[in-house]
Amino acid sequence: MSAGIDLENVCCDFGSFRAVDNANVSVRPGEFFSFLGPSGCGKTTILRMVSGFIEPTQGVIRIGGQDVKGKRPNQRPTALIFQNLALFPLMPIWENITFGLEVRGVDKATRRKKAEELLTLVDLPGAGDKMVSQLSGGQKQRVAIARALAVEPQVMLLDEPLSALDLKLRQHMRAELRAIQKRTGVTFIYITHDQGEALAMSDRVGVMSQGRIQQIADPRDIYNNPVNGFVAAFVGENNVFSGEVQNPAGGMAAFATPHGTFRARLGASAGGKGVKLYVRPEHTRLSQTRADENSIPVTISEVSFEGNFISILAISETGAKLAAEIRNDGQATVPGMGAKMFMSFDAERAAILPDANVRG
Amino acid sequence: MLRRYGPGLTLLICLLVAFWLLMLVIVPNITLFEQSFRPYLPVVEIGGPRDTYSFANYLKVLDSSVEKSLFGYSFSIPVHVYTFSLTIFYSMLVTVICFALAYPLAYYMAKIVNPKTLPTLLLMLFIPLWVSEVLRAFAWWIILAFKGPLNAMLLGIGLIDAPVRWTNMGYTGVVIGLIYTYVLFMLFPVYNAVQSLDTNQIEAAEDLGAPWWKIHWRIVLPHAKPGIASGSVMVFMLSAGSLLVPSILGSTTSQWFTQTIDQWFKDALDWNTASAYAFMLLSLCTVFVTIAMWLFKVKLSDIAK
Ligand SMILES: Nc1ncnc2c1ncn2[C@@H]1O[C@H](COP(=O)(O)OP(=O)(O)OP(=O)(O)O)[C@@H](O)[C@H]1O
Ligand SMILES: [Mg+2]
Repeated sequence: MSAGIDLENVCCDFGSFRAVDNANVSVRPGEFFSFLGPSGCGKTTILRMVSGFIEPTQGVIRIGGQDVKGKRPNQRPTALIFQNLALFPLMPIWENITFGLEVRGVDKATRRKKAEELLTLVDLPGAGDKMVSQLSGGQKQRVAIARALAVEPQVMLLDEPLSALDLKLRQHMRAELRAIQKRTGVTFIYITHDQGEALAMSDRVGVMSQGRIQQIADPRDIYNNPVNGFVAAFVGENNVFSGEVQNPAGGMAAFATPHGTFRARLGASAGGKGVKLYVRPEHTRLSQTRADENSIPVTISEVSFEGNFISILAISETGAKLAAEIRNDGQATVPGMGAKMFMSFDAERAAILPDANVRG
Repeated sequence: MLRRYGPGLTLLICLLVAFWLLMLVIVPNITLFEQSFRPYLPVVEIGGPRDTYSFANYLKVLDSSVEKSLFGYSFSIPVHVYTFSLTIFYSMLVTVICFALAYPLAYYMAKIVNPKTLPTLLLMLFIPLWVSEVLRAFAWWIILAFKGPLNAMLLGIGLIDAPVRWTNMGYTGVVIGLIYTYVLFMLFPVYNAVQSLDTNQIEAAEDLGAPWWKIHWRIVLPHAKPGIASGSVMVFMLSAGSLLVPSILGSTTSQWFTQTIDQWFKDALDWNTASAYAFMLLSLCTVFVTIAMWLFKVKLSDIAK
C-alpha cells in the first residue's frame, strides 16, 4: 500500500519568520521524491508538517487524498526516519524494530517473527538480540529503515538519513534504499542537501531555496533545464555572466555581457532585467582559434587532472574566472598553463535565466 | 593539582581534607559506634567491671510492646519497632509522592517549556531553598493551622464544611512538610535525566503510533531511571533522617524514629542507646535502599552518573 501526498499552498511560520512559503507539490503513490536544497531552506519543516509534528500555518496537506489537518503523528500513515535515526538505545534491536507493532498490541511471538523478516529484508539477519550500541553506522541505518517499515506505512519520510555515513557506505546505502523502495512500493519522500544523492536516487526532485520550491522535475530536467539561476547554480557547476537580453526571438536571444554578446537559449519568464547567462563547464570547449559564435579569449591559469575529466580554470580578458572541463577519453590534449586560447559554447547549451524565486 | 598549586599548598590542602575527614567525620562516628556497644553507666563505673561490650543497647528496641491494630487485625509490637516501621513507611510515601509531583514538572521543564522561560522557572523553584528549613517548616505550620489560610481557602471554595486540624491528623503534617522540604531533591536529578533524552526519540515513538503513556512507560521512564533512583534514595534517606520537620509539624500521634533517638540523647541522656538506635536507622535504611535498587534493577554506578 502506498499513498500520494499533496501539498496545496502550504505555508509555515515561526513567529514572523516564514520557513516554508506557499509550497505546492503532488507526490505520486509509489514515487521516490526528493527535496533538495541548502541548509536552512525549510526541508525538515516540510517533512515535519507531513508527519504531523508541525501544523502548517496555511494550506492543506493531503495524504492519500485525505486532509490530515489536526491529526497527530501517531494517527498518520507516515513513518519518519530522523536525521539522527533516533533508535531506542535501551531496547534490543528486535524490540526497536517492532516498537510500532508493540503499541498496536501485537503479541510477542508474532513480533519476534516479524522482526526477523524485516531484518532479512534489510540484510541484517540474526541481529535481533544485539543492542543499538553494538551496531555500525550503516547497520543502525538499516535498523531505522526496518523500524519504519514495520508499521507498514503508506509513506516513508527520510530526513537526510545518510548524511552521517562515510562516502563508500553512503553510496552503498543509496542503492540499498532505492532497492528497498522498489521492493516495497512505498512512497518515499527523501530529504537531502547532496545533489548527487537526489539526482541518482529520485524519480522526481523538488529544489528548494529560502522556503520556496524553485522547481519540481525529474533529475535530468533539473540538471539540463533549470528554471532559474538558483537551480542552475545549486545543481552542478556554472559559469555565470551578467548582462542584458537583446532581440529575443523563437526561444533564443542575444545576451550582451562585458565579454561580448552571446547567443543563448531564453529560459521561461526570463524576458526582462535581472537575468543572467549560465553555461556549465562541461558544455564549454577550448580551442586555439576563435569559434564562429559565443567565443571568449582566455588565458589558462589552472589545470587539475581529476581522472575521468580534466578541470580547467581560465581567466578572461576582463579578469573573470571561467571554468571548463575536458572529458578524459585517453587522447585528450591538455592545454598548458598560461596558454592563450578561446573558450566557446553552443547557444543551445547556454541558458538565460532569472534569479531565484524568493521573497521581496 | 601538584603542578598548579606547588608542593606546599598541595600538601596543606591534602592535610586539611584529611583532617576534616578524619577528625570531623570518621573519629566522632567511630566513637559513637564504639559507645553504642557499651552500657549506659554512672561516671564512676565507666571502665569498671560492668563496662563490657554487648548488643544490649540494640536489643532495647524490642522492649515494651504495645497493642496495635491494622485492617481490623490486632497484634502486639515493640513500640520502637512500630515507630521505626512507620518512619520507613511514611518516608516511602513521601518518596513516592515527591516522584509523582516531580516527574511531570521535570518533564515539562525539560521537554515542553520554552527554553527562554526556563531560567525564570528554575529561579522560582530555587528561591524557597534560600529560606532556612526551620522557617519553611514554620511557614507550613501556619498554613496548616486550624485558623490558617489552607482551611480558610478550602472553606471559601466550599470543599470542606468545617476547618480541619491538619497538624493533629497523625502523620499528615509531617508528610506534607517532608514533601515540601525535599521535593527539589527529586526534581533536579529527574530533570537532568529527562533533559538528556534526545527529543527525537520521543517523537520517533509518537510517529510509530505510541500513545503518550506508552511513550513515558517505554522511552522516558527507562531513560530517566538512574535519575529517579538517585532522587528517590536522597528523598528517602533525608526524610527518614529528618528531625526538624517531624518535631515542628508532627502531631501527638506521630512519632518519627529520629525523635526517639533524640529522646535517648536529650531526655534520657543515654548516649550509648541513642548511638545504637542511630546506627540501626542508618544501616537498616541502607539495607532497605539496596533491596529497592535491586528490585528496580538499578546499579550503583548508574546513580553516580
Ligand atoms: N522551531 C523553530 N523555531 C523557529 N525557527 C525554526 C524552527 N525550526 C526551524 N526553524 C527555521 O526554519 C528554517 C528552516 O529550517 P529547517 O530545519 O526546515 O531547515 P533544513 O532545510 O532542514 O536545513 P538542514 O539541511 O540544515 O537540516 C531555518 O531557518 C530554521 O532556523
Ligand atoms: Mg533538516
